[in-house]
Amino acid sequence: MKDKSIFEIKSLDLFYGNFQALKSINMELAGGEITAFIGPSGCGKSTLLKTLNRMNDLVEGCRITGTVRLMGQDVYGGMDVNLLRRRVGMVFQKPNPFPMSVYDNIAFGPRTHGVKKKSALDSVVEKSLRDAAIWDEVKDRLKKPALALSGGQQQRLCIARALAVGPEVLLMDEPTSALDPISTGKIEELLLQLREEYSIVIVTHNMQQATRVSDRTAFFLLGEVVEYAKTETMFSMPKDKRTEDYITGRFG
Amino acid sequence: MMRSRFDEQLNQLNENLIEMGAMVEDAITKSVKALKERDVEASRKIERDDHLINEKEKEIESLCLKLLLNQQPVARDLRTISTALKMITDIERIGDHAADIAEICVHLPVESHVTDIEPIAAMAKATMRMVRASIEAYVKKDLALAQSVTEMDDEVDELFIAVRQDMIALVHKDPNDGSEAFDIMQIAKYFERIGDHAVNIGEWVVFSITGIHKNTRIL
Repeated sequence: MKDKSIFEIKSLDLFYGNFQALKSINMELAGGEITAFIGPSGCGKSTLLKTLNRMNDLVEGCRITGTVRLMGQDVYGGMDVNLLRRRVGMVFQKPNPFPMSVYDNIAFGPRTHGVKKKSALDSVVEKSLRDAAIWDEVKDRLKKPALALSGGQQQRLCIARALAVGPEVLLMDEPTSALDPISTGKIEELLLQLREEYSIVIVTHNMQQATRVSDRTAFFLLGEVVEYAKTETMFSMPKDKRTEDYITGRFG
Repeated sequence: MMRSRFDEQLNQLNENLIEMGAMVEDAITKSVKALKERDVEASRKIERDDHLINEKEKEIESLCLKLLLNQQPVARDLRTISTALKMITDIERIGDHAADIAEICVHLPVESHVTDIEPIAAMAKATMRMVRASIEAYVKKDLALAQSVTEMDDEVDELFIAVRQDMIALVHKDPNDGSEAFDIMQIAKYFERIGDHAVNIGEWVVFSITGIHKNTRIL
């Protein structure tokens, strides 16, 4: 998967009613890597993230032209949305566990996709929680309510829940912005481990986070991708003056 | 507006570097004057004052580390601050060499047989020009000026060879002048090293502007 393109986005325009939120986006997201989307609020980075697993489908007045391909398959060309979201999982800014037990949160996805056998569910729950680096903290309280966990634990639980359906890609929309530095550090460590098996796209307002965890960074401004480069290059020698001005805090 | 404090600190960094550069230039000027005049007291003062340059280095180092800690700089800011951290090591070594020259001057014979001190004075002048150009290039972000420092070093190397030939001739003429010739040779070597340190500074200034150090992209 590494070095292969996982998402291919071509001439993508997105409108919310008359407002154009994304303008002529052309980019390839590499597999086995962490890609960071950065930019000021309202620049289109979260909108593009949601476009990758069709989370915008439910937004009224949302219109998309151009193509988004996942491993060569057209995401907007008749692909089963449930299948798409199984392959492309999402983690949100605020941890959002379901009001049920830790176990049931993780088993929810596999059950929806038809897994009924207890041993199979047990195994997927344990693997997902281990992969999300939270197994040791919750293994003795699997039947306890997930909402009783701390914020950082809840967020790792949500990552485990996303992993439970066996995705290829994880989309993360500011996954640590509601967390304290210790929990943030744990999630960042986790991202670097998950990179071995999954491709990750992360929206972040924390530029130090982008430099710490991502392989490539895309800078968005007013619905356009201004610059898309290796993270080290972007943060040491950006090509575009607008990128330089944004990351050095001259605007935004 | 939002980074006015940061910009203020970066200006402060520039001012400090200019000041440190002026301090080493002054030390070089005084060491050549002390050599010409065989002024032992002036030489001793240059040695004593070297700690002021060392303190300036510590002050700039501290400012750079604070900037790294507080501002977590990226892009041009990261290159500017990391370059300053590298530059001050070389500037401090230049100060050391000026003090080394002064130390030799203390022990030189009062009656000199080296009549033509001009090549040494020319080395001092050329190296001072290099130091000034490299720091000015940093402050003004002038790539051509930074790159010119490397070329200026050719003149210093040529002068070093000229001094060496003069000293060999002196010893051939009268082996009793060997000790003085050796001391003058050492002084010339220190100036040649000062030139090399100025070249290092120039190369880091090129990095601060282009992101490329000695033809290699570091990041």
